[in-house]
Amino acid sequence: MSKKQLPKNKEISKIVFKKGELAKEVEDISGENLFGCYQCGTCSAGCPYVDDMDLTPDEVIRYVILDRQEVLNSKTIWLCSACFTCAERCPRDINITKIMEALRQIVLRRKIDRSNAHKTTKKEREKIPQIAFVSLFRKNIG
Amino acid sequence: MKLLYFPGCTLKTSAKNLEKSAFFIMEKLGHELKEMDDWVCCGVVSSLSDDDLMRHLAPLRSLIHVEDQGEDKVITLCDMCCNTLKQTNLRVKEKPDDLETLNAFMDRENDYKGTVKVLHFLEFLRDEVGFATLKKMVKNPLCGLKIMPYYGCMMLRPREVAIDDAEDPTIMSDLLTVLGAEVVDNPFKIECCGSYHTIENKEIVSNRAHRITNFATERAADAIMLSCPLCRFNIDERGKDAEKKFKGYKQIPVYYYTQLIAIALGLDPSVCGFENHAVDPNLLLKKKGVYKKIEI
Repeated sequence: MSKKQLPKNKEISKIVFKKGELAKEVEDISGENLFGCYQCGTCSAGCPYVDDMDLTPDEVIRYVILDRQEVLNSKTIWLCSACFTCAERCPRDINITKIMEALRQIVLRRKIDRSNAHKTTKKEREKIPQIAFVSLFRKNIG
Repeated sequence: MKLLYFPGCTLKTSAKNLEKSAFFIMEKLGHELKEMDDWVCCGVVSSLSDDDLMRHLAPLRSLIHVEDQGEDKVITLCDMCCNTLKQTNLRVKEKPDDLETLNAFMDRENDYKGTVKVLHFLEFLRDEVGFATLKKMVKNPLCGLKIMPYYGCMMLRPREVAIDDAEDPTIMSDLLTVLGAEVVDNPFKIECCGSYHTIENKEIVSNRAHRITNFATERAADAIMLSCPLCRFNIDERGKDAEKKFKGYKQIPVYYYTQLIAIALGLDPSVCGFENHAVDPNLLLKKKGVYKKIEI
């Protein structure tokens, strides 16, 4: 696996895990077995956001297993909008959507927010449906 | 038949037209939608973290209020609400221990007994009214309209709460056939519209809207039919934005399924609330001569 350049966030980079702890926390939060993944890439092939991601969903799983904590800095986990396409198609029946949520939760539970919703203009605020705001807050603030 | 209905926040604000058209269809069909008392926000996205029960509280509270009103069925119009309520309902049925914890936490509410069935309005039309009955009532068939059905995510996934097959759904194309329209199929019909990224990452969403619509227009579709208020906003409004970016690209009108049913049943177009759309849906209906047959 080639080394990829991931964006660096000061606060997120401060999160430290001992060996194997990251995978364990992801498994605890998601209730999914990461080690069941055999890297077929079906999740990445069907992901509607894959073009904009820095790590593909199957790479995210590999990074967690290999204890590469920079995965928490990747754009991928914040791009996932929980459409469940990957979870539906996974031949190993792993709910990747839940794994992405677990990685977001690891960051959010350490009181690091990822939303700039307050910068939305008034005109936009009046037009955008509430469900968009509530889901954004749930996903990016916790 | 009188049926309890859970609106949710968006149906009371930016998707009033979805609600209004559904109410009029129900009246025409001889049923009545009754808004439930004491509904609360469903939370929009269901909890995906296994260790966190907090997010199930809001949907569960509404389900308890349905039971309190002596009903065992509740209808939703919003896909997000439907998904969240269904997922919480499923979780407490599968894990009685979780239900016990949640019941104990909400000590001012009655205990949830697990008797409520959550129904999407489209599901209700298919299973309880029946598309065959609907067909008999069509006065104003949408002949000559080529429409692409767009399902989005929340009514199809996860599989456990889906109202149709997750990979190859047919419920909307069946409905369109009943209404007399021509169906244009599209592999993007089940792909995400961009969801909440519409707030902070407009670019991604208008790219998605372009991708979905472009595929439809290449296959000569005149319009898109969908169900979710957020999908409507993303494809309609953000698709309109995409016109500036992609040369020669033209956004086609987007309809809620309830609006098309209302038109086909011969209801006054004013019940559809077309003024809230970015691309005027009236123009196409006028051009295709659908309106001529309505007796107002």
